[in-house]
Amino acid sequence: MTHRTTRPQPLDVPGILLALALSIVIVLPLLVVGVWAFTEIWRYPHVFPQQFGLRFWAQTLGRPDVWHALRLSLTLATVVTLASAIICLPAAYAFARMRFPGRDILFFSFLAGHAFPRFGLLMAIAAIFLQLDLIGTFWGVALIQLVNTLMFMIWIPVAAFQTVDRRMEEAARDVGAGPFRVFRSITLPQAASTIAAALLLTFVGTFYETEGAWLIGAPGIRTMPVLMISFINNQMVIQFGAVLSVMLWVPSFIALMFARKVIGGNAFAKGFGG
Amino acid sequence: MATLSIHAVSKIFAGDTAAVDAVSLEIADGELVCLLGPSGSGKSTLLRMVGGFEQPTVGSIAIDGQDVTRLPPEQRPTGMVFQSHALWSHMNVFNNLAFGLKLRRRPKGEIRDRVEAVLDLVGLKGYDRRMTHELSGGQQQRVALARSLILEPKILLLDEPFASLDQHLRERLREEVRDIQLRLKITTLFVTHGQDEALSMADRIVVMRNGRTEQTDRPEVVYRNPLTPFVAGFIGTMNFIEGKVETGRFRHADFAVDLPVADGPVTLAVRPEALDLVPADGVRQATVNRVTDFGTHGLVDLSLSDGTRIKSLVRRPGPFHPGQGVGLKPRAFAAFRDTVKLYGAIDAEPADQH
Repeated sequence: MTHRTTRPQPLDVPGILLALALSIVIVLPLLVVGVWAFTEIWRYPHVFPQQFGLRFWAQTLGRPDVWHALRLSLTLATVVTLASAIICLPAAYAFARMRFPGRDILFFSFLAGHAFPRFGLLMAIAAIFLQLDLIGTFWGVALIQLVNTLMFMIWIPVAAFQTVDRRMEEAARDVGAGPFRVFRSITLPQAASTIAAALLLTFVGTFYETEGAWLIGAPGIRTMPVLMISFINNQMVIQFGAVLSVMLWVPSFIALMFARKVIGGNAFAKGFGG
Repeated sequence: MATLSIHAVSKIFAGDTAAVDAVSLEIADGELVCLLGPSGSGKSTLLRMVGGFEQPTVGSIAIDGQDVTRLPPEQRPTGMVFQSHALWSHMNVFNNLAFGLKLRRRPKGEIRDRVEAVLDLVGLKGYDRRMTHELSGGQQQRVALARSLILEPKILLLDEPFASLDQHLRERLREEVRDIQLRLKITTLFVTHGQDEALSMADRIVVMRNGRTEQTDRPEVVYRNPLTPFVAGFIGTMNFIEGKVETGRFRHADFAVDLPVADGPVTLAVRPEALDLVPADGVRQATVNRVTDFGTHGLVDLSLSDGTRIKSLVRRPGPFHPGQGVGLKPRAFAAFRDTVKLYGAIDAEPADQH
């Protein structure tokens, strides 16, 4: 597949500097939040916290609304990922392999949701949901998340399906497989790693989505990120927010580890047509 | 044991001209027929229509007398080998071969036995656990052939299966495939743009051009008695010399030969091996440009005074050198006017030369 040469490369100074700058910008804030989560007293002008401890972890984990929100967020992300897979994968296959009137316009319409200021779109949808009694319900939030995930789950799988060699599918037809069996046994496994990447992006994206969840879900439905925001807004204790934020790293960390194992680095690139 | 009948099949792609234009072809049981033509001649489209991957715009296709024109590929008793081998890269060799049998719900023991037998047939015994990307190009193409053969199709379809392989491997696989085809007596339709492949493998060759068949004949007939200038030029090397016939004699500025056809412009077609070179005898008819010694024979490249380049195959290239003037003596030739054949066969053995 990929061939790596072991020949020593010349030192890539601009590359190293860029990587360094990026790590400072990305890692430093994470580090600060991580430190805050385990801090009990940290006052100006001290550079390092005066007292470390797990007091705020115990307080945070002791709250029933935190556990409720975590369970809700996991359920929501799972349901939305599954639903968008069921809706989008066949649609993506159709976009990739069939010619039908309005194909291009429909295809681009999935981008449209991301072309306008999202909050305006959400307000309009919220107005409709209000009439439908979907505000403050689980399925209302799930629906609004679906709007966000459509693009990932259409565009990436379309690219994945398009890269599957048609001759492989024809060879399967040739030995006696019907169209559905070809999809299940040949096309889907061939596109699997890239589609897994799309599923992962959908799951993580849904898990962390805040605006839609807050606007549609409030006050009945409070996901982890929404809870975190209300903690930060309502209580001037930084540690609550920091602890929640560290807790929120866990799912994405697990997801990333899973992704590295299952998908392999070039699947994302392939999904975006690289 | 099967016959294939293609009856007046045409394929017209949207808005375009006909890719295949009213082609009819009868293939006898156990016969290997080559579709030979340049790219864009419609040979692959015709093959794909037999396999069920394209629908004919008009016409019908029958296997063993049964009309299959409207059947999807999975319901046709055909097995196709693709140019790109099209092995399923997420399965190992065993699963590639077993897939069709699993679809047919054959018992596990039978599947195992048949996979083993077919791997033995294509010379890949013990390769069943390999992934397809661990195989060489030739091995991949053998597995692709085995994947088709394991289902014992009535008609085997080969779509330029050796095109991506190097010359040496191509020649070896060509012989292997022919051996297997003869042993299994399987009716085969083979698409190629390589004349060597067609000449060495086929029982009959269908020469195609612009979606039409130019000539359908046994290889030696296609070579020795082409019916159109296109076939004459496409198969083997051919010298074309433009001239005109006056009172039963073909005349070119440099030389003339007897040609008993009606007066008018004529294209003379002479194979290099049927064009003898004789000492100029004071009248220079052609000038030697280059002499190539192939060991078993020599090829002399010549120019006529009007710039026409021709070739002559000689037993011994020794006596010829660049710049030399020679006389021409065609031993056998054909004559075409427009695309119509007027005269002759171009069959000839190379003559002894001094």
